[in-house]
Amino acid sequence: MKLLVCIKQVPDLESRFKPDAAGVWYNETDLAFRMNEYDEYAVEQAVQLREKLGDGCELTVLSIGPDRVVEAIKKALAMGCDNAAHIQDSAASSKDPWQIASIISAYAKDKGFDIIFTGMQSQDRGSAQVGVTVAEQLGLACTTTITSFDYDNGTITAKRELEGGIKAAVKLKTPALVTCQLGLNIPRYPTLPNIMKAKKKEITAIAVADLLKEAALSTTTSFHPPAKKGGGIVLEGDVADLVEKVIAILKDKTAVLR
Amino acid sequence: MKTLLIGEYRDGKLLESTYELLGFADQLGAESALLLVGSESQLPAYSGTLYIADAATCGEYNPDLHKQLVLNAVQQENPDYIVFLHSSYGWDLAPRVAASLKAAQISEIIAFADGSFEVGCCNAKMRRSVKPNSSTTVLTVQAGAFPALQAGGTPTVRKLTADVTSPLEFLGYEPAEKKDVDLGKAEIIVSAGRGIGKKDNVPVILALAKALGGELGASRPVVDAGWVEHSHQVGTTGQTVSPKLYVACGISGAIQHLAGMKKSDFILAINKDKDAPIGEIADVLVVADVMQFVPALTAKIAA
Ligand SMILES: Cc1cc2nc3c(=O)[nH]c(=O)nc-3n(C[C@H](O)[C@H](O)[C@H](O)COP(=O)(O)OP(=O)(O)OC[C@H]3O[C@@H](n4cnc5c(N)ncnc54)[C@H](O)[C@@H]3O)c2cc1C
Ligand SMILES: Nc1ncnc2c1ncn2[C@@H]1O[C@H](COP(=O)(O)O)[C@@H](O)[C@H]1O
Repeated sequence: MKLLVCIKQVPDLESRFKPDAAGVWYNETDLAFRMNEYDEYAVEQAVQLREKLGDGCELTVLSIGPDRVVEAIKKALAMGCDNAAHIQDSAASSKDPWQIASIISAYAKDKGFDIIFTGMQSQDRGSAQVGVTVAEQLGLACTTTITSFDYDNGTITAKRELEGGIKAAVKLKTPALVTCQLGLNIPRYPTLPNIMKAKKKEITAIAVADLLKEAALSTTTSFHPPAKKGGGIVLEGDVADLVEKVIAILKDKTAVLR
Repeated sequence: MKTLLIGEYRDGKLLESTYELLGFADQLGAESALLLVGSESQLPAYSGTLYIADAATCGEYNPDLHKQLVLNAVQQENPDYIVFLHSSYGWDLAPRVAASLKAAQISEIIAFADGSFEVGCCNAKMRRSVKPNSSTTVLTVQAGAFPALQAGGTPTVRKLTADVTSPLEFLGYEPAEKKDVDLGKAEIIVSAGRGIGKKDNVPVILALAKALGGELGASRPVVDAGWVEHSHQVGTTGQTVSPKLYVACGISGAIQHLAGMKKSDFILAINKDKDAPIGEIADVLVVADVMQFVPALTAKIAA
C-alpha cells in the first residue's frame, strides 16, 4: 500500500495580517508558521492507517511552498510519515487552487498511491478545493469532510459531516482521496525519540517548474481587512476597570443584571 | 448573464437554503435556472426553469452521478456562473464540476462587485477579491450571506437523467446526537472557546454562567478536544441560539460559530486579539486575557 498526505503550512491565525507589497496576500514578516489544523487530522489518520497496515506500507508527506515549509514536513515525519516530498515554490501563495492541485496531481500521477489524505480546507486560503480537484484530475474516488475513517481490504468506510450534526455514511473503493474535518481524531504530539528518528528520513526536494504545467484559472486582485461594521464598543485597559465598565453596560443595555 | 443554481434536497426534503441561491442570483441581476436532485412532488416556489432529477433513483448523495447531472444541465443552459451553496453538498460537488469544465472556482463568496468576488480568508479576519480567468465560473456562496428569496410561482420542469457507475456508495444518514441541553431556550449563554487554554479552565467559564444564571456553551474545538460535551456546542454543526446575552470567552468568531449565535440580543466577547472577527458582531469586545477578566467579572457579579 502507498499512502500520501498533503499538508500546507499556514501562519498562526492569531497574528495581525498586513497586505504584502502587491496588496494581494499577507506580508510574511513577523508571522510564525505551523501546520494547517485540518492537515494535522489528515496526517494523524494516515499514520494510524500506516501503523495498522504495518510493513509493506509506505506513507509519503507532501508540501508545496518555500523553504520554511520543511518545518511542517519534519513535524509530519516525526508523527510517523516515512518520507517526504518538498515541492519548492517560493511563489506558492500566488498560485490558485487549480494550480496547487495540478502540482500535486503531476507529482502523484505515476506513483500509484492507494489513498491520498488532505485537509478539508486550508485555514489561510480556505478554498476547500485542492483535495477534491486532485481526485478529479487523477480520477480517484473521493469523499469530503470526514469525521470517521476505516479501511479494510480495498474499501474505505467513512462518515461525512453534514449540517446540523447529521452524518452521511459512505463506502468507497480505493484508489481514493479523502478530505479530513476537525475532530476526526486527536493528533499526536511527536515524541523526542521520534523527532530524532525523523531527522534521518528522506525529504526529496523537487522544483515546482518540473511539475506545474497549468495556468491559473482565477486571480486575487486584493487582500484587505473587512470593512468595519462599527457599532460595537472596544474596551481595553486594567482588568478591574474593565469589569466595572462591563457591569455598567450590562445593567444599562440588557435586562440580565439589575 | 446566466446562472445555473444548484439547489439542495436531503432526506426527502427540499432545503430552505436553496432560496439563498435565488437571492444571490437576484442581487447579481442574472437570469437563472435551478437544478435539483429532489422530488417532483416537492417543487420549490420558483417560476423559472427547473432541471429536476429524481432523488429516489439518483441517490441523494452520489457525487459522481450528481456531477454528471449538473454537466448535462450545463450543456443545455450554457451558464456564465454555476452556483452552489458553500455547504457539505456544495464544497463536495462544486470542485468536481469545475474540474470537469476546467472552469475557475471561487469559494465561499460573501459579496461581489464589477465581476470580482469577495471571499473571507485567514479565519475570517481578512478578505480577498478574486476574479475568474475562465468564461464559465463555478461559485459557492457562504450560507447566510445573501437573503433568501421566495418569489413564488411554479417552475417549468425539465427532467434530467444520467447513468454513471460510481466507486462510492451512500450507506445512509445518521441523525444528530440527541441533546440533553436545549440551549435554544436559554436566555443567557456563556461560551468557552479554545482561548481558555485548557480543560482545567472550563469551571472558570461555568462559574460565570452560574453567576449570571445561564448555561454553558462551547465552540467546536473545545468539544472536539473533549473539554465540554457536544450537547453544548454552538454553531452550524451544533445548536443555534438566540439568548438575551451571549458571552464569548476566547472565541475567534469563525463563520461556523457565528452562524449559531449571531441572532443573540447582546454579545459580549472577551478576546486578547483586538482584530478577532468576533469583534465584528460583538456589542462589546473586551480586549483582555480571558483567565484574568472572567474570574474578576464573576467575583463582582456574585458579590
Ligand atoms: C464544516 C465545519 C463546521 C463547523 N462547525 C462549527 C460549529 O458548529 N461550531 C464552532 O464553534 N465551530 C465550528 N467549526 C470550526 C470553526 O471553523 C472554528 O475552527 C472554530 O469555531 C474556532 O473555535 P475557537 O474560536 O474556540 O478557536 P480559535 O479559532 O482557535 O480562537 C481562539 C481565540 O481565543 C483567543 N485567545 C487565545 N488565548 C486567549 C486568552 N488567554 N485570553 C483571551 N483570548 C484568547 C484568540 O485570540 C482567538 O481569537 C466548523 C468548521 C467547519 C469546517
Ligand atoms: N501548498 C500546499 N501544499 C500541500 N498541500 C496543500 C497546499 N495547499 C493546500 N493543500 C491541501 O489541500 C487542502 C485544501 O486546501 P484549500 O483548497 O486551500 O482549502 C489542504 O488542507 C491541504 O491538505
